[in-house]
Order: sequence, then structure tokens, then C-alpha cells
Amino acid sequence: MSGRYVPNIVGFFCNWCSYTAADLAGVSRRHYPPTLRIIRVMCSSRVDPHMVVTAFLGGADAVLVGGCHPGDCHYVTGNYRTRRRFALLQSMFETLGLDTERIKLSWIAASEGNRVGQVVASLTEAIERLGPNPTREAMFL
Amino acid sequence: MSDALTIAKSPEEALRAFLQFLLREKKVGAVLTLDRIGKSAVPAYSLITDASELESASPLLPMMPANAGKLLAELTELAPSPEPIAAVLKPCELRALVELRKLNQANLDNLLLISFTCGGVFPLALRNDGGIDERLLPYRDALAKGEVADGIRPTCRACEHFVPYNADLTVALVGTPAGDGTSTFLINSDRGAEVLEGFEGNRTEAKLESVALDTLRAKRAEEASKLYAAPETAALGLDGLVSVFGRCLSCRGCSNVCPICYCELCYFESAVEDPTPSKYEAQLSHRKATRVPPGTIAFHLGRMTHMVISCVGCGMCSDVCPVGIPVATLFSMAGRSAAGVFAYVPGKDLDEDLPLKKYEADELSHLGVERIES
Repeated sequence: MSGRYVPNIVGFFCNWCSYTAADLAGVSRRHYPPTLRIIRVMCSSRVDPHMVVTAFLGGADAVLVGGCHPGDCHYVTGNYRTRRRFALLQSMFETLGLDTERIKLSWIAASEGNRVGQVVASLTEAIERLGPNPTREAMFL
Repeated sequence: MSDALTIAKSPEEALRAFLQFLLREKKVGAVLTLDRIGKSAVPAYSLITDASELESASPLLPMMPANAGKLLAELTELAPSPEPIAAVLKPCELRALVELRKLNQANLDNLLLISFTCGGVFPLALRNDGGIDERLLPYRDALAKGEVADGIRPTCRACEHFVPYNADLTVALVGTPAGDGTSTFLINSDRGAEVLEGFEGNRTEAKLESVALDTLRAKRAEEASKLYAAPETAALGLDGLVSVFGRCLSCRGCSNVCPICYCELCYFESAVEDPTPSKYEAQLSHRKATRVPPGTIAFHLGRMTHMVISCVGCGMCSDVCPVGIPVATLFSMAGRSAAGVFAYVPGKDLDEDLPLKKYEADELSHLGVERIES
């Protein structure tokens, strides 16, 4: 590992699906890159876009929001709202010329332990290509 | 074609006479309009209950000392006004009021909303050096021809919503010759028709649309594409954000004058956001240096995530910024593209919910599709 760039990904995972799936990935001993730091939230719609911005400006190389598949929300409609908020955030990033590749929304069901590995692996790969987030070093914010 | 009233007076005089008529006939209890107050005749919004006090009122003056939508929301936030209030608002102020209504911060009952086809407003700095009056003639002239007036706020130059939505009465300004002494009030609602009863003038059929209005529409669209492609604000990237917001004094003027920023306690003013020593410590553990105080970009981007979908582009924020940050340009630019995602025009349709308050099951397919039941 020494000398090699290892991305830092902040994940906001919903309690009912994505977080449970990450748990399942663990107990099933799935291997995936050790790049993800998960913050558990009760619902992905609890993730104020400002939280994503904070993580992004704080130096996270990528921010991953994980929720139940649309139509499957524990609170019935939470993830539909997440999707709208995320679309808003994406359009803001585009307007401001920020890297939209560094923010990602994924739908991961509780049973999809495999998918956690896949999502993290592919995001890690994309970020390795992009390199560290420029917000990470001496940024005068 | 819609119902209208033509009056043999210039728009400014006709509107002033109409507001006085409303008070004298007790059709309303108060009028909210721009007034020229004090010896130096400084324009300020005033709430007036006596018709004689309206002599110094200047309802169509192209100045915006505060967003009147915000003022009306503050007046009606807790309960509708007990007496009818007639308010003369610019189209963007009216849109702000409608957005605030949707956010449960305003009550439109008992309000008579009067607006006009707007040529934009001058920056507030003009209020202090008294240079307004000499600019009025060329301004009205430009409006009559459907041109973009000189010297107005940058976001006004690029504003494409200068025909009011949701007004009870609309005074035609764009395309109305400046000195010919007639004016047209378009009647858009029953309430509008009712209050006009008994006022001087001829009931006719008229339309707001004119060649000048179309010309202005095209010119504003052109200005918008110019403004939003300017290198100072377009696709800033991180370096651009640092240079633009690095100037920020954290005075919070922009959020204080913003009609949409209504929170009594702003999250960014709360103790959670205080820069404590431990926060500096955390920052410096992976940075070589940090700004003191930190968080200016986080504040502006955070505020943007909270209110940008309702941004009406009134330009108050840029106008009050002491260090010349083009806040309004950036926010209205982001607002336009966000609104584009949801095909939403802030403040246009009273009955349409805010985009973040509703959803469609089948939409935004680039973010993943509805799960197919197996």
C-alpha cells in the first residue's frame, strides 16, 4: 500500500437498505477496497445536500449516498425525495464547474451485499483515475 | 386580449391616483409602495394609510431598496392582513412572495397585488448619490422601445420574467411611449376588476403583448446567455470559487436581504458552524493551511443548496455585497439550471408545489430507475 494513492470515500448509507447491505457484505466476508467510511443515516432523504458539500469541501475524494431502490423505501417515499435533492446538487456542481464524478447516488437493497462491493470498487477505480480531491490539500476555503 | 382600463395620465401618475382612490374609497386599508422619503427624497418602501401621504409615492421607480415580496411575507407570515393591503411589486418581488407562500411564510389573502412589465432596477448605490432622477428619462425611453436599459442590475439585464405572474392588475410599461400621457391597466382577476370600479378611465380590451415586449424578450435572452457565459462566473471550478468567495467578509448581507432565505436562525449562523479550536485542529491535520475564519465557500454553497431552487434572481444579494461578489449572478445561474431539471419557474404558478416537496415515481432515470418487482 505504501506510496500508492488510496482514495477516501465518505458514504451516507440508509439504515434499512444500504447500511444493512454493507453489514451483509461484512458477514459474508466479501472483499472490496478499504476506501469507504460509512456514516449511517436513518434514511437517504435525511442527507441534506449541504452534508455532501461539507464532506466534499472537507477533502473527501468522493461522497457516496446510498439508499433503498426507488419504490422500496422503508418510509415509502424518502428515496424519491433523495433523488430530487441529488439531481439538484448535481446540477449545482455542473454549474459551478465542480467534479460531478466525485458525488454519487446508488441504490443498494438490504440483500445486495455483493452490490456494495461492486459500487465501492467501481467508484474507487474512478477516483484513482481522477486522483485526490483538490479540496484535500492546502485549500484556502 | 383581456379586459383593461385606459387612463389619460402617465403610468406613474395614473397609478398614484389609483392608489389614492383605493384609500379614499376605503377599498384597501393600506398601500405598500415605494415612497420618496425625507428631504433628499430617498426611495424606500412605505406602508401608507392616508391618501395625501401618497403624493410623494413613486410606485414605478426602478429601485429595489428591499425585496418587497419579503416585506409582505413578514407582514402576513402569522396571519392574513386584517385589512386589505394594495401592494405595488416588481415581477420578481411578486415571484418571491409566491415562493414564500409555498414555503408557508406568507399569506396572500387580503392582498391586492399590482405589478407592471418591468425594465429592471438600478443598483442601490444610486440611492445614496441621488443620481436616479436624471436616469429616469433614458430608462423610460429604453422601455418604450423594448431595449435593455443602461445601468440596471446585471441580473435585471438577463431577466426573462419581466411580465408579472399572479398580479391582480398589470400596468403596461414596456412598449408604452414615455411622454404621451396615457396608460393601460390590465385586469387579470375578479379582485382587480372589483377595485377598479368607479375609477376614472375607459374600460377596453387590450393586450400586453407588443412588438417592444417581444424585442425586449429577445434582447434579455441574449443578455442572459452573455451574462451566464462570462468567465468571472461560468464553470468556476474550485480555484474560481476560492478567488470569488475568498473575498467574502462573512457579513451575511446576502442571506439577510434574500427573500427566500427566511430561516429565523440560519444553520450557518448556529453554534454547530462555529469555528472551534478542535475544528481548526481537524482541518490542519490534513491541510497545510486553512483560512481564518474558515467556511466561506461552504456557507455560500450550503445556502445555495437550501434556497437556489426558489431563487427569483432579484439581485438584492449582489447589490448589498460590500466586496463585489457576483452572488446574484452565480445563484440565478445555478437556479436556472436547477429549475431546468424540474421544469420549474420559481414564483410562476401558485398551485404548483416546490420541486423538492414532491416527486414522480418515474423520473430522473440517470440516477437509477424504479425497481422492477420480480
